[in-house]
Amino acid sequence: MHSEIVLAGFGGQGVLLIGKLMAYAGMKAGHEVTWLPSYGPEMRGGTCNCTVVMSDRPIGSPISKRPHALIVLNLPSLDKFEDSLRPGGIVVVNTSLINRLPRRTDVTVVPVAANEIAIELGNAKAANMVALGAFVGASGLVEKESVDEVLRESFAARPKLVAINEEALRRGFEIGQAHAAAVAAG
Amino acid sequence: MAKKLMKGCEAIGEAAIHAGCRLFFGYPITPQNEIPEYMSARLPQVGGMFVQAESEVAASNMLYGASGAGCRVFTSSSSPGISLMMEGVSYMAGAELPVVIVNIMRGGPGLGGILPSQSDYFQATKGGGHGDYRVLVLAPSTVQEAADLVIEAFDLADKYRNPVMVVGDGLIGQMMEPVEFKKTIKPEDLPEKPWATTGCAGRERNVINSLYLDPEQLEKHNWDLYAKYQSMAVEARHEAYNTEGGCDVLIVAYGTVARISKTAIDQAREKGLKIGLFRPITLYPYPAEALAEAALGAKAVLVAELSTGQMVEDVRAVVAGRRPVAFHGRVGGMVMGPDDLVAEAEKLAAVPA
Repeated sequence: MHSEIVLAGFGGQGVLLIGKLMAYAGMKAGHEVTWLPSYGPEMRGGTCNCTVVMSDRPIGSPISKRPHALIVLNLPSLDKFEDSLRPGGIVVVNTSLINRLPRRTDVTVVPVAANEIAIELGNAKAANMVALGAFVGASGLVEKESVDEVLRESFAARPKLVAINEEALRRGFEIGQAHAAAVAAG
Repeated sequence: MAKKLMKGCEAIGEAAIHAGCRLFFGYPITPQNEIPEYMSARLPQVGGMFVQAESEVAASNMLYGASGAGCRVFTSSSSPGISLMMEGVSYMAGAELPVVIVNIMRGGPGLGGILPSQSDYFQATKGGGHGDYRVLVLAPSTVQEAADLVIEAFDLADKYRNPVMVVGDGLIGQMMEPVEFKKTIKPEDLPEKPWATTGCAGRERNVINSLYLDPEQLEKHNWDLYAKYQSMAVEARHEAYNTEGGCDVLIVAYGTVARISKTAIDQAREKGLKIGLFRPITLYPYPAEALAEAALGAKAVLVAELSTGQMVEDVRAVVAGRRPVAFHGRVGGMVMGPDDLVAEAEKLAAVPA
């Protein structure tokens, strides 16, 4: 197994956090992992991204120019990274903020209305967890239970936030899993 | 101890604490601010002290004083800040003071940019400040290795009574990887430093100084220092990857670029091209003998750096015309991809010997 995932959105949408949770879950599952943020001169409200690499072998480059998967939470991120995705890859698209679907026809598209679902659950900030859940459900790269576990550890200092984030993750996971099942069934 | 997922900068800070260091003097600069940030939170928890100095020049002179008093002491900065510290580093080399300095290199010259670079190789390995001196230079390529080498840097500094520099770039500093701390040293268990200025009641006073007005004395001091630098040769180390039985092209790279090279090696393997990697872990002393052997096992050598060509001069001196040596560099914060290295290696392999 070797997978490179780019997660991107506006600063403040929590893409760095869900990248960390994914890397942490991968580490707990015994994989080699790297998490690399974009740290260029970014501005508030600008785009923000990170790259997670997960592998069975020691990881060479922590940078990915051709990722196996994309999680995009806003339109500029889809515009920027769509072409880099490897054929056969997965792209999770936050349809709440992105008003077009990917042009690529050689990849699996997982649309998820992450913001609407998060608002429905009572906390708009949990949209990132919905997107992470959708990716985990569609890709099976890490177990949902291990993401739950690292989520509880990460929010240990803010226990009130655990339930809403777990629920957001679950809702996204179900959408991702249903999508994967539909794709498998043709 | 279980592995933790940590940023390179945080792992470097924690490693210093595991090495028994309780003092940090520094001044903020991107992309290494997580090191002083981490130290400012952690040092008070373990009875240590964090001082944000008024400038890098001041910080390096605080290092001089604390090291002279026998303490394990640490600073970190990035390229322009390291340049400002160089006056103090030269004085510490002259006064033979152990200190650990981390340089998370960024693009230059001048203020340059904040993205990854390896363009301070000359500054790190050939002296940096004025005078005829060297510092040990260690170049990790993973977060784990950064932690291991920082702990070891303190031992090497004490062993040679010399500054030790650990060089990384923004990728090593900002990246998170699993890390474990293999060794914990308590400050009270560190060996005595009989040369330190710890109060001279009942003994001859110790002097920490780099001023020698008598030329005969200064010449002797210079040759003594030279002999010490020569004796550091035993610390040279490297990693060889995929070089067994020789290779078509040997990439010589350190730090982040060495990691990218490993991915390039895997890609080239699928194309039937055998690339090997020689990764210096110590940049000073340079692992010259091992490099000569690896280079002679290859048809050609490709040096890859995030500079316009600095380490390549050392590689050419070692290879001494016995194999073709090509160079591939990216600068300004741009980083080559594995594909670029494969393409360069293919070009080199296609040239008839």
